[in-house]
Amino acid sequence: MSGAMPPDMAKGLEATKLSVMLGGHQVLDIPSFDVRPGEVLVIIGPNGSGKTTLLLSLASLLKPTTGTVLYQGIPYREGLSALQLRRKFAVVFQEPLLLNTTVWDNVALGLRLRRIGHHETNERVKKWLARFGMAPLARRQARSLSGGEAKRVSLARAFALQPEVLFLDEPFTALDSPTRQALIEDFESVLRETKVTTVMVTHERNEALVLADRVAVLMNGRMRQIGTPEEVFSRPADEETASFVEAGNILHGVIGSQNNELVTLDTNGQEIQAISALDLTVGTEVIAYLHYEDVTISLPSPQAMSSSARNQPRGRIVKTSPVAGSQVKVTLDCGFPLAAVITKRSWQELGLELGQVVAASFKASSVHLIPIPGKPSGLSPGVSEPAS
Amino acid sequence: MGVLADGVVQAFQLLIHGDPKVIQIALLSLVVSGMATLLSLCAGIPVGSALALARFPGRQVLVSLVNTGMGAPPVVVGLVVTIFLWRSGPLGVLHLLYTPSAMITAQFIIAFPVVAGFTMAAVQQLDPKLRLQIQALGASRFQMVWLLLREARLPLLAAVMAGFGAVISEVGASMMVGGNISGQTRVLTTSIVAEASRGDFALAIALSVILLALVYLVNLALTLIQQRGRTR
Repeated sequence: MSGAMPPDMAKGLEATKLSVMLGGHQVLDIPSFDVRPGEVLVIIGPNGSGKTTLLLSLASLLKPTTGTVLYQGIPYREGLSALQLRRKFAVVFQEPLLLNTTVWDNVALGLRLRRIGHHETNERVKKWLARFGMAPLARRQARSLSGGEAKRVSLARAFALQPEVLFLDEPFTALDSPTRQALIEDFESVLRETKVTTVMVTHERNEALVLADRVAVLMNGRMRQIGTPEEVFSRPADEETASFVEAGNILHGVIGSQNNELVTLDTNGQEIQAISALDLTVGTEVIAYLHYEDVTISLPSPQAMSSSARNQPRGRIVKTSPVAGSQVKVTLDCGFPLAAVITKRSWQELGLELGQVVAASFKASSVHLIPIPGKPSGLSPGVSEPAS
Repeated sequence: MGVLADGVVQAFQLLIHGDPKVIQIALLSLVVSGMATLLSLCAGIPVGSALALARFPGRQVLVSLVNTGMGAPPVVVGLVVTIFLWRSGPLGVLHLLYTPSAMITAQFIIAFPVVAGFTMAAVQQLDPKLRLQIQALGASRFQMVWLLLREARLPLLAAVMAGFGAVISEVGASMMVGGNISGQTRVLTTSIVAEASRGDFALAIALSVILLALVYLVNLALTLIQQRGRTR
């Protein structure tokens, strides 16, 4: 037994040669994988790719068929039992899965199971209900809550455990858009504040962009790519990944003005126009997301305005790389990096070459704006009322 | 029709006058069936939970045995218990035949599969993900079963009602192992059979009314608890 082996605090979760067979099918096959202490790792992938299976294996809720999972350098079940490990973790599932009792008792449940003292339990429940804006509903029956409220309670229940690692399985799906937006903002600020090591499964690109330190792409039970959100979404490792993440340009900008729904933002000193129904105040930091396929390239024309597209920046071709079959990804330097995916045929017919200056164009409606939570924004804060 | 009306009138007379014989019979019914139900809850809830939650070889066989037991004819149960308790039988030395203890034993055997089966159904109707969530919250195996049973508490009351309902109304086993001895092992159902066969329909009807009222009151109490839990 390696009971004497001390935990290595510099290590988070590690998995080696992890494989899970379910009903004769291999649903997970991961040679090696790690979650660093303090990071927010977001796992994305299509349905049935094994995301949840991976999450459950890491959370000590599912025993992998073969392979080892280690926490702080110690293999699962060699140092700590499955139960002891679970009591260091917290898991939030897609459904809130509250028990049929009061809101307060639900949040206190995990603490009581750990036999944490009455006084400390009360303090923590109070703190986390308030942090997620649920303090006024403490005495309510959990069954009578709305979807958004129940989700807040389930998050409070997880954070009240002060877990060393927090696992979340598609926690924000099945919520309407404003509720989700408000909740993600609160969640993001709690995450930054507690700096808890977090593993989150989602299929929402926006959530990954906003929350993740690293993004892992899982497809057919295999890890296709792990990297920063910029790496994964702008430079997908392979074709399948690219088509799943709908690869595109990620531009950081600041809202310059908003006129009805037409927003002007400042990206690296350049102006970009976008359409957004969000109520964004001037100065809000945003991520602008633009699919490669939505950018077209033409030869520079002497006329000032040659198309209805609101954005027509000029740039120099700095890089080309082949994409699926007959297409090519062309990267321009327009003062900010901008990439377009065009056919090889267009490339040839326009007579394009590296170093050439061309005109890019994309519609304002092709630019998706994602506000970065915690930065000033006019989004309705919903029911949140941080009290700490 | 006159017989029926007479019987109802007589039932009220017996109740109002507090006929000691009738009260003793009704009380014994309550005690025997109450004890049998209590014992079957003690054994049936753990067994039902285990069948609902654990995965082990032979589980399917046990589940079908429980389901069969839920419909076992009381008379057959009575026969088996009688054979076991018979003076020359394996448990004859206990001298339990024709005692309330023998009746409690037989009724326990009747109620146990009912309670186990209802418990199994109550636990299985819970969202399977809830079990995962409770585990993830750091519950030990024991804590998890306790929380799941607490979560299934409303359908579990149905197990109590069904178990009690099965034994308070059964006659075959009580007759066989109790012997319907006046003042010792007479319960409501066996007395009704005895009075009717003697032609005393009025008394039989009176005892039936008391039996129905008893079943109704017990179920009313349980239903009130259950429905209060629902609307809260």
